Amino acid sequence: MINGISINYYILLSAILFIIGSIGVMARRNSIIIFMCIELMLNAVNLLLVSFSTLHNDARGQVFVFFIMAVAAAEVAVGLAILSMIYRNVKSIDTHLLNNLKN
Amino acid sequence: MLAGLLIVFPLLAALLVFMAKGKGARNLALGLSVIQFALSLVALFQLKHNPGSHQLLLNCTWIKSLGINFAVGIDGISMLLILLTTFLVPLIILSSFKNDYEKENIFYGLILLMQMALVGVFMANDGFLFYVFWELALIPIYFICLMWGGEHRAKITFKFFVYTLFGSLFMLLGLIYLYNNSMSIAGTKSWAIQDLINSGRSLGEHQQSAVFWLIFIAFAIKMPIFPFHTWQPDTYVTAPTQGTMMLSGIMAKMGTFGLLKWLLPIVPLGIEKWGGVAIGLSITGVIYGSCIAIVQKDYKRLIAYSSFAHVGLISAGILSATAQGLQGAMLQMVAHGINAVGLFLIADILFRHTGTREIEKLGGIRSMNGNFAVLFLIIMLGAVALPLTNGFPGEFLLINGVFQFSAMAAAFAGLSVILGAVYMLRSYQGIMLGERKDTHNAFGSLDGSDKAVLIIICAAIVAFGVYPKALTDIAEPAIKTLLENIK
Amino acid sequence: MIKLVGLVPLFPLIGFLINGFFGKKLSKSLSGIIGCTSILASFILSLVIFFEARHLPTHSQVVNLFSWINAGALSIPFEFVVDPLSTWFLLIITGIGFLIHVYSTSYMHDDEGFSRFFTYLNLFVFFMLLLVLGNNFLIMFVGWEGVGLCSYLLIGFWFKNTDYNNAARKAFIMNRIGDLGFLLGIILIFVTFGSISFNEVFAKAGTASETTITAIALLLFIGAMGKSAQIPLYTWLPDAMAGPTPVSALIHAATMVTAGIYMIVRSNVFYSISEVASEVVAIVGVATALFAATIGLFQNDIKKILAYSTVSQLGLMFLGLGVGAYSSSVFHVTTHAFFKALLFLGAGSVIHAMGGEQDIRRMGGLAKHMKITFMTIALGTIAISGIPPFSGFFSKDEILAHTYEHSPTLWFFGMIASMMTAFYMFRMFFLTFYGNFRGTKEQLHHLHESPAAMTFPLIVLAILSVVGGLLGLPEFWHMPNFIGEHLEPLIIRKNPSTLPHDTEWMLMGIAVLAAAVTIYVAYVIYRQRNIIPLKEGDKMPGLQKLIYHKYYVDEFYDAVVRKPLDGISNLFYKFIDKQVIDGVVEGVGSTVKGIGGVVKLVQNGEISFYIITMMLSIVFILLFTFLI
Repeated sequence: MINGISINYYILLSAILFIIGSIGVMARRNSIIIFMCIELMLNAVNLLLVSFSTLHNDARGQVFVFFIMAVAAAEVAVGLAILSMIYRNVKSIDTHLLNNLKN
Repeated sequence: MLAGLLIVFPLLAALLVFMAKGKGARNLALGLSVIQFALSLVALFQLKHNPGSHQLLLNCTWIKSLGINFAVGIDGISMLLILLTTFLVPLIILSSFKNDYEKENIFYGLILLMQMALVGVFMANDGFLFYVFWELALIPIYFICLMWGGEHRAKITFKFFVYTLFGSLFMLLGLIYLYNNSMSIAGTKSWAIQDLINSGRSLGEHQQSAVFWLIFIAFAIKMPIFPFHTWQPDTYVTAPTQGTMMLSGIMAKMGTFGLLKWLLPIVPLGIEKWGGVAIGLSITGVIYGSCIAIVQKDYKRLIAYSSFAHVGLISAGILSATAQGLQGAMLQMVAHGINAVGLFLIADILFRHTGTREIEKLGGIRSMNGNFAVLFLIIMLGAVALPLTNGFPGEFLLINGVFQFSAMAAAFAGLSVILGAVYMLRSYQGIMLGERKDTHNAFGSLDGSDKAVLIIICAAIVAFGVYPKALTDIAEPAIKTLLENIK
Repeated sequence: MIKLVGLVPLFPLIGFLINGFFGKKLSKSLSGIIGCTSILASFILSLVIFFEARHLPTHSQVVNLFSWINAGALSIPFEFVVDPLSTWFLLIITGIGFLIHVYSTSYMHDDEGFSRFFTYLNLFVFFMLLLVLGNNFLIMFVGWEGVGLCSYLLIGFWFKNTDYNNAARKAFIMNRIGDLGFLLGIILIFVTFGSISFNEVFAKAGTASETTITAIALLLFIGAMGKSAQIPLYTWLPDAMAGPTPVSALIHAATMVTAGIYMIVRSNVFYSISEVASEVVAIVGVATALFAATIGLFQNDIKKILAYSTVSQLGLMFLGLGVGAYSSSVFHVTTHAFFKALLFLGAGSVIHAMGGEQDIRRMGGLAKHMKITFMTIALGTIAISGIPPFSGFFSKDEILAHTYEHSPTLWFFGMIASMMTAFYMFRMFFLTFYGNFRGTKEQLHHLHESPAAMTFPLIVLAILSVVGGLLGLPEFWHMPNFIGEHLEPLIIRKNPSTLPHDTEWMLMGIAVLAAAVTIYVAYVIYRQRNIIPLKEGDKMPGLQKLIYHKYYVDEFYDAVVRKPLDGISNLFYKFIDKQVIDGVVEGVGSTVKGIGGVVKLVQNGEISFYIITMMLSIVFILLFTFLI
């Protein structure tokens, strides 16, 4: 129980967020949206970590979350840079068109 | 110290040459390779007068947790092959002076790099190190063939690379097996050759047989032995002449050397059981290669097949595990290395002067250049193992060794004496004798660098034919130890 | 002086080196002088050594030069042996070699390859001396192959002519076939006795089983077949006549081709032990003698006739060896060297005069144009035909007498062969020197006696051919048989001849009578009736045609050996190598590639597909671990 709310709700929420994120990654073609969905998944995990950290009164989980946020920020910086480069080159960020490595 | 220097020096030389610009690279490479030859002569001097010297050994820890050491050493067997390498590399470099290669500095740098790896292979006393050098030798030659090769080089070089790599992986497997076994019997982690030998000998017959085949395949592909040879003729023909010389003159010796040092003492039971089959394959290759050489039209391809036939005999001699066979193998490795460089240079000279290598289109060159005819003749006689040329003592001892294994096998191996004469004389006659044909350009006088290389090779052919003891004396103690190790 | 025996081959070697390196810069006369003096020096030294060696207490002395090949238990020193046999051959080689060198200075004078010729010739003498001087089988083998090389170089001396080159190559390769047998024999000797030095091996010969000895003896004999042109490896010798005539005289008549006989005499210990091997030698010998003699009957090329005669005479020598008459064979080698060298050089003189013509159908009546050549050839012809008291009579008679003792059948065939010899030799003689000249006018105009440098060797050899018989007078005449006594210490002798004297007289009488009758027949046919052999393309009776075409042996070898070899080689190359073996290799490659081609479809470039797969895999793995 955290502040009177059962841990199950936290788990449920992050599971829903994670599923939304993963479906978004799988189904959408726009790279930016895929990106946002990845963020969503990361944050779902963050939420879970924070809640369990509070539940068990253990700070280690929150340390992890900070790490993840920092890495996510870096990732966004790099990822968006890549995306903007791709856009400049191909005038598109549709992942279906970006399959040159296949051959 | 000296041992380490022999490896480090060509590496530094290669780096220097990589950085050189323009035409200076070739002269620099030649000079450095001559120094390397001088260094190996110093090593020879040490070995003769002070065989136990620390100069000839080097042992540093490399990867401690796996028991891998950078252990190199020079004994009589490796000394001969190091001498062969360091003697041939300057000649190979000199022989290239009339070919204008693009990006010269890289070309010569790669040759020196390969020399480093080859010397390393011959000196390694640590199984892992041996494997590393073994693979390292492949990389420069791969680039040499790929960048300066002839027609279809991409496909042929790829095949060569993958084929030999494929074989080496089996060897790695075998070595790892020995290493693991060594760990379980002695309790220490070590790749040292003596530990691997002990490990191999503790195995039962079945395991030894398995290890024998794993390692033998790698050597058989490298030499090559029938039926693992199909990469060889194409590669020899496509590679630039200097690459071919490195391949057949020295690199093929990696296989025979490996057989001698890394297989013979490790799995005696395996050899006892399967040596006969391996000798059979080798001798099949001798006859098969000689026969094919008879019908070749391209002279370079003819030499490629003849080289294949010669190596088969060496392998058979080693597998016979007799003093004569081993000593013959050492002599023949040196002789074949020298003669192969000579013959491939001749193919190159022919092509440069006349614009073709096809025997049928050539003819009558003797009447245009008598000196070349004589030099060619001497090298050819070396290749057909005429007495008082370097090919003979080796071939005699090899057949002798094989005879002690089986008289029948020796009789078949001896057919190379006849078939060798058939294809060599046929091609010599076709190219040099008769009337001049219109299908090729006139053959002028030889260039200075070509002449120098051919003369040095001819001198070596006669010198080692008349006095092979100079070579056998170097290897004799090491071979004796090796044989005692086996028995 | 015996210690200096190393100098004997060294002189020709020096001559070879000088002429080889500086030949082009030297004048012709200087080249020739160097060539001849080097051999003369060897000859003089050989003479000294010969007489000195006769007084050696042990009959033989070994001179060690250096240690040559060492490998484990095998150690082969480079050493020479001076004993009655080697010194005897030294004399033949250097003596006749010198005469032929002198002859060549004139014969080859107008050839552009003059110094090259002497280079090769000196090299040949060097190797031939190694062959007979070596104290172990391998040194003998060095000389053995070395003379083969020189023979190759000299047969193909005029290298622009493809036929000559083919002949040279054929000689080399056929010799190599024999050499392989020899080499294997040497190895078997080493394996059996642990050494290949003559004295050690022969001392231990009794310890080995007879089968091994037979194997050794037969392998060595294969070598001899190649070098001494015996059935089935004889076809190279007639073709070898492509070389300049002095070469035919020196290499293909007097010295090199007798190396096989030297070898068997040297290892007579083996042959005395092995009855089987001796029998094989005798049968091959007599078969060759007979076979080659029949071919000689219908040849029209003057050198080819002599070539077949050489093959036939060599066969006779092997017959002698086979029946154990070793010293008789050496005797015949000696006399044969005299008269056959003479005949070849004489033929060379004729060819020289005829401007290169070798066909006896276009000669005739040369006697009056070249007296010395005519006289000397006449003496040589009589000597080879076995008319007493010329040298050939004694040596041939000795062999035949021993053969009769061994087997009258072999004797009979040997007798027939020597009758045929007398016939074709006189056929050649009459057709060349008597009757009318049948060549062109220019040739007639050109006819002349050869210069002194050519006639001098002829005269010397003619004298030797006449008196050479004194070297080996029949034992039952109670006269000294010099050669037999000389070689005595080296040869395991059978009991002295057991034939009654009257039988020996009878054999001798038959031989002389037979020769005389044959010569008369030849006389009638070619002198009285002036019958000229048929022209090329004329119809011949079946048997004559068969013989004229040399029994089609070359064609047979071509069909049975050469063509199949080419066929197999092509099969190996085009089918087995390219299709089968490389097919498997490429097959492995393309299989891997094929599998990759299928698997790579999964890698379709759709990120979403990858993620779905990943998710599904994770779910699957989780399920798998939880449920099981």
